[in-house]
Amino acid sequence: MYTQALNTSDAEDRHVEDADRAAQFQVRIDAEDRIEPNDWMPAAYRKTLTRQISQHAHSEIVGMLPEGNWITRAPSLRRKAALLAKVQDECGHGLYLYAAAETLGASREELVDLMLAGKAKYSSIFNYPTLTWADIGVIGWLVDGAAIMNQIPLCRCSYGPYARAMIRVCKEESFHQRQGFEIMLTLARGSEEQKAMAQNALDRWWWPVLMMFGPPDKASQHSDNSTKWKIKRFSNDELRQKFVDATVPQAQFLGLTIPDPGMTQNEAGNWQYSTIDWNEFNAVLAGNGPCNRDRLAARRKAHEEGAWVREAALAYAAKRRNRQAAA
Amino acid sequence: MATPNIPLWEVFIRSRNGLAHKHVGSLHATDATLALQAARDIYTRRGEGLSIWVVPSNAITASDPAEKGMMFEPAESKIYRHPTFYDVPDEVGHM
Repeated sequence: MYTQALNTSDAEDRHVEDADRAAQFQVRIDAEDRIEPNDWMPAAYRKTLTRQISQHAHSEIVGMLPEGNWITRAPSLRRKAALLAKVQDECGHGLYLYAAAETLGASREELVDLMLAGKAKYSSIFNYPTLTWADIGVIGWLVDGAAIMNQIPLCRCSYGPYARAMIRVCKEESFHQRQGFEIMLTLARGSEEQKAMAQNALDRWWWPVLMMFGPPDKASQHSDNSTKWKIKRFSNDELRQKFVDATVPQAQFLGLTIPDPGMTQNEAGNWQYSTIDWNEFNAVLAGNGPCNRDRLAARRKAHEEGAWVREAALAYAAKRRNRQAAA
Repeated sequence: MATPNIPLWEVFIRSRNGLAHKHVGSLHATDATLALQAARDIYTRRGEGLSIWVVPSNAITASDPAEKGMMFEPAESKIYRHPTFYDVPDEVGHM
């Protein structure tokens, strides 16, 4: 589902690189050529992508936690089956993305260990709690909706394995958003309490969702290389605006109110939102959101409790190999 | 403690009978049986295939991108290998 503000590129790192090769590389990028794993690439391109793709993968995996919270309490078997399928998709997305990151020369185990050690980021949005069933609706509708806005352009990213993984992810993502919207629609057409629950969830998630697109363009210093390398095709603010413009009519259809009384539509038809509280965003990224510690603790617990399975599977494979060698 | 590495496999899926297996991605598994099961779960959740191949990644020999020219350029100049190189008068019809 989710890539976000983590797509910043690394600072100039080209001191010892061959200027001719770097120039040839840029010519290929400018010609919309795709870069493949064994092609020469600048070290900073490799580093930026390894970080971006692995953080995107971590986001998919951590993203299973807030939704997994409601699987046992889904209101019907239909909802439960859909939520299970969605959470399973997120796991699959994480795995496609780890595989794409590995083509750049890092191992999945090493990337996962960095995340468990708290040294790699994941999307800030998963550090918010899912307090009611309506939160599952909002996550599908808005969090996945925002992720789709971010991810569609990534299908044309200059790095082949990442672009191919994103094409697969985007195909599956559309089901996620629709199931979320359907949950919201059911609640919005339900009892007064259900409608209030839907509104409350929208009130809590709206601003964190807008933050998913990352810092405003004037404050983000790192996008230049990512844009030049065609990893990033639209700026944070451009994508955020597209998302807001697409979402306002959907909220109106649901009969829900976006918690931004100052919002106005300009002559061009764009909805202008109020200032985002970037202090909150920075605090969550720094580890002080409502659920940061819980999320990391849950991932560590799952990893540690799965250690015996990994060991047993490796031991079994080794035993079979030895038997075959002896026979 | 660092997590031990688990071998990498490449996954190929045949989408319908009659079509060739196509590379769809990779995964980690300790042996071929688990690799097939994981491929089923990761790459065929929506009826994408009727047959799966898994191949240990290290069993694949790939051409070197740096030698792309030497490998593929000789074919580029041989335009007489394509049917459009030959003129057939319109009166002859489809050939």
